[in-house]
Amino acid sequence: MTSSRKVGFLQGLRYHGGSPMLTWMLHRITGVGILLFVGLHVIASFLMQQFGSDFATSMNIVYESWAFQVIISFFVIFHALNGLRILALDIWPQLQKYQHEALWLEWIVILPVYGLAVYFLVSTGLTGT
Amino acid sequence: MKARMVQPGLSFEYSMWIFTRFSGAALILLGLFGMTSALVMGARTQMDLPAVLRWTFFPNPNHVVNTNIPDVTLGWANAFWQIIQILIVFFGISHGVNGLRMVAEDFIGRTFSRPLLRGTLFMLWIFLLMVSVYVILAS
Repeated sequence: MTSSRKVGFLQGLRYHGGSPMLTWMLHRITGVGILLFVGLHVIASFLMQQFGSDFATSMNIVYESWAFQVIISFFVIFHALNGLRILALDIWPQLQKYQHEALWLEWIVILPVYGLAVYFLVSTGLTGT
Repeated sequence: MKARMVQPGLSFEYSMWIFTRFSGAALILLGLFGMTSALVMGARTQMDLPAVLRWTFFPNPNHVVNTNIPDVTLGWANAFWQIIQILIVFFGISHGVNGLRMVAEDFIGRTFSRPLLRGTLFMLWIFLLMVSVYVILAS
């Protein structure tokens, strides 16, 4: 007999999962976010190619804005580097006792890479390519 | 202690688990390959970082048309890059739709609506694949 799994979202957030749980949540959120972006971008490109529609033009204006690109590059960089950590821990499960160190290493890699991308995106965005 | 029920052999979920890892690694490698090729072809002096990023995420010539590349059709807009784009699109869309399936199944569970969910996601997968391959070949 299993216990009920019906837990509210905010109640679930209070679970003491720590950074591994938050990393898992962020991986899912960024994953779905990337899928939404890619899906809409594909459809907008198709409409632009075939019909030159206004919807496609307005979507592309959003995508080409530097603010959007700053957000989406975080999604992609985080999802890719976190995915690499998951892949490494799946190939070598004996490394799972170093979970916390792996998470620290991951952020130490993500922050400079993302910081560099943001610096160039903002500087070209504010000065106008 | 009751033993956990594990599906023997190669089940759908086990194959998708393997495919997710494989496709994720393939996407990263394809992106790195694209970025390296761009730098070899002269991107350092021909375009700014956002254009390099756009090419890295998806090597489509429309991503680099507003740059200082002298002729986009030489080296940037050819069948080789179309094939790379199709590979990225296949791995990416499959990886993404499978991820969506995993997240949705965590909320929906093993009820009668699971085949409905899988059917809808299958159609979404096919739709996105067809539209993106069309866009690639018509670019």
